[in-house]
Amino acid sequence: MRAEPAVVIENLVKRFGSFVAVDHVSLEVARGEIFGFLGPNGAGKSTTIRILCGLLAPTSGRAVVQGFDAGSQPELVKAHIGYMSQRFSLYNDLTVEENIEFFSGVYGVAPERREDRKAYALRMAGLEGHRGVMTGLLAGGWKQRLALGCAILHEPPVIFLDEPTSGVDPVARRAFWDLIHDLSDAGQTVFVTTHHMDEAEYCHRAALMYRGRVIALGAPAELKAELKDDAATMEDVFVRLIERENAADTGHRA
Amino acid sequence: MRRTRAIARKELLHIARDPRSLIMALALPMVMLVMFGYALSLDVDQIPAVIYDQDGTAESRALWDGFRGSRYFTIVRHVDGYAQAESDLERGAALAALVIPRGFGAKLVAGERAPVQLILDGTDSNTASIALSYARGLILAHSGRVQTEWRLRSGAGEVPPPVDAQIRVAYNSELKSKNYIVPGLIAVILMIIAALLTSLAIAREWENGTMEELLSTPVRPAELVLGKLSAYFLLGAVDMVTAVLAGVVIFGVPMRGSTWLLFLSGGVFLFGALCWGLLLSAITRNQLQAYQLGLLSSFLPAFLLSGFVYAVDSMPLLPRAVSAAVPARYFVSLLKGVFLKGVGLEVLAVELGLLAVYALVVFALVTRKLREKIA
Amino acid sequence: MIEVRGLTKKFGAVTAVDGLTLRVERGEVFGLVGPDGAGKTTVMRMLCTLVAPTSGEARVAGFDVTREVDQVKDRIGYMAQRFGLYGDLTVAENMRFYADLFGVEGEAALTEQLLEMTRMAPFRDRYAAQLSGGMKQKLALMCTLLHKPEILFLDEPTNGVDPVSRRDFWVILRRLVDGGLTVFLTTAYLDEAERCGRVGLMHGGRLIRVDTPAGLKQALPEACIEVRCGDPRAARALLRGMDGIASADLTGSALHVFVRPGGPDEEAVRAYLAGRGISDAQARRILPSLEDVFIATIRGEAAVHAG
Repeated sequence: MRAEPAVVIENLVKRFGSFVAVDHVSLEVARGEIFGFLGPNGAGKSTTIRILCGLLAPTSGRAVVQGFDAGSQPELVKAHIGYMSQRFSLYNDLTVEENIEFFSGVYGVAPERREDRKAYALRMAGLEGHRGVMTGLLAGGWKQRLALGCAILHEPPVIFLDEPTSGVDPVARRAFWDLIHDLSDAGQTVFVTTHHMDEAEYCHRAALMYRGRVIALGAPAELKAELKDDAATMEDVFVRLIERENAADTGHRA
Repeated sequence: MRRTRAIARKELLHIARDPRSLIMALALPMVMLVMFGYALSLDVDQIPAVIYDQDGTAESRALWDGFRGSRYFTIVRHVDGYAQAESDLERGAALAALVIPRGFGAKLVAGERAPVQLILDGTDSNTASIALSYARGLILAHSGRVQTEWRLRSGAGEVPPPVDAQIRVAYNSELKSKNYIVPGLIAVILMIIAALLTSLAIAREWENGTMEELLSTPVRPAELVLGKLSAYFLLGAVDMVTAVLAGVVIFGVPMRGSTWLLFLSGGVFLFGALCWGLLLSAITRNQLQAYQLGLLSSFLPAFLLSGFVYAVDSMPLLPRAVSAAVPARYFVSLLKGVFLKGVGLEVLAVELGLLAVYALVVFALVTRKLREKIA
Repeated sequence: MIEVRGLTKKFGAVTAVDGLTLRVERGEVFGLVGPDGAGKTTVMRMLCTLVAPTSGEARVAGFDVTREVDQVKDRIGYMAQRFGLYGDLTVAENMRFYADLFGVEGEAALTEQLLEMTRMAPFRDRYAAQLSGGMKQKLALMCTLLHKPEILFLDEPTNGVDPVSRRDFWVILRRLVDGGLTVFLTTAYLDEAERCGRVGLMHGGRLIRVDTPAGLKQALPEACIEVRCGDPRAARALLRGMDGIASADLTGSALHVFVRPGGPDEEAVRAYLAGRGISDAQARRILPSLEDVFIATIRGEAAVHAG
């Protein structure tokens, strides 16, 4: 029996006034999958993720997460997901431990599980010896891992990460992707956006979003295969795809 | 020069592209002037009053007729007892009750002293004391008329004032506090507007990350300051003209002195006030902080220590010493001098000089602050 | 064009830049690479006269950055990370503003020329706030080019910009460099660093390597072997226990294995994995990417400091 997908998006549209941020996007993400959502800044990635998290109502179309409709059952969706926003919403004036405790409370982690989960988050972030440190003093990479730890305290089956690796150096980026694979191995679904094209290689499947539309979708190897060039990087693939899209656009207009 | 102009033009574009702030900057002084002008007015008129006339004679009627005919009092109703009068005062339906005792008319006719009683609602002591002076004035005026009639009728020489002779109030029938308030108000408003306009101007560049770029260009700190200043000076000047016009047209404040001197001192004051806002902006590098500091540091001293509400001479030593450093204090003197006394530079040169010194000092401070590096 | 000797910057007790010495020649494209907080931006700001050095000396275009600030400013173009554009001004107004600040003569013609070159002419009346990331970047570049600087300083110029715009940006930069411009940039994208003539690796405020990208790759004592298999994480765990292996990291779907000199070759690695239950592994010797070099070098540094 095939499990129901973790995320289903059908013909999703989001307009802000006359601006179409998300333009008829459809896709599915299987349980336990690492799904990469790639594209430049302003392509519509964050808008899509906010709709999926029940933070933003879609203009039309459907977004279903763990079987719950994000448009009509946002509260149920929120109970089953972890969300880490672009700005790592941690409180800089609270210590590492206080942040973890705060998010434990907010996510309604059962009291008897709290110590366990706190230990897990500290271990995962590599901050076991630094629980009393003021969060604002942490370097980017540590902060990022702490934010992830806080977002999954309640053991959500689906995790949404919005640009988690933006502004983080290569060493920390590799370490972070390792964490994402750990989560996936444990059966959690990870939906991650990034504007680093090469990070597509870390994902099971990836979609490229450009001007509100998904212009490519598939496993990294499949996407590369289209170029028939062994040395091609993910960046080359996306340059080619965007050019094709732009050419089609101009042709359309002419 | 070209760089200064470039900064000024860019700043004007920012202003023009943000109509909400522009309207605020232009309308706020008018709104403040009208609001404060009325709210702070020491003139009280149309004071609701009740009359308890126990006497009911032609003489007593003549007295309260004087109240009714005056624009300072509005007779709410006539009552038949103290209880009614008191309840009206308690409910706030009336602020004053005039009680004319039985025998008032007879005593007047007999040439005796005839006491009357005035009960005032003292909750608003300011209004009450004003009402008291109005009432005294009216009673005294009535008294004078009765005296004259008495003299004409009896042919006698000196007679004691028949109605409550203890009243000794030199009543100024032309007392118009607005004449004193409006010029001070113009100073306060200019100070607030100027400091607020510019408090955002440099902090915004820091917050948007454009400051870094600006500092990497050959633009000199003084050019940056002067460029920004000249754009906001234009706005401030418009504010100054509207405020002066409103003072003259709406509040009928007489303009006795030189317009030239008025706007010259306004310009000098504005320059200093705008520099002050820029200084806060350059120090905080944060729009919210700069705005709050701007409001606090312009409003409070200009309001309390400028001699606008409380006369500087009657302040205790400490606030008086502090007020010496408040530029609005000198501007208030200048404005009052020019508006009301019509005096010129021969009297006001010191004030104008001090304003100029303040402006130059603050300008030097901003320029020095901006010469500092990012870190 | 740039001469730096013993440049140091301290913020309180923190040493952000520690005794940096460096030379950049005319016409070079030099990239400064390093993790967050390595001190890249501080170096750039000192060279642009925006931050005063605590000690040491830096000359840009022949002028001292602390004593001849105005001369330096006249000869450099600086593009900050956040582009320094005014969102409520149009493309043309932004350009006019910077042209005036630099006292550019004949700015109208120059503006046209730049708009043509960057294919931005159709957008001259659009507000900067309404431009896409790539267009903002081009506008910012134009604004720094108006006064014909000798050196261009770019702080993380293509962060968050789409791949096509990034490529276009580099095409423009190439053309400028061919015309004699010197470019000094910082970047967190190591694939971008590959496009630089020379690269400086910064770590903990110090410049730990300076070389061409190819030179950096060859200077690495370890050999790099790429391993692909169905379960790279399991393979990684195994390889980390193998003798002669310096590190094994997941980069995307492949495993990059660094082998110490005299360690196992690709065949030995494959056999090692096959003997432990991973039979589908393919291993081949590859030239490491700059990212591999960067991570390996930093790891080496960290080890030196720990020891």
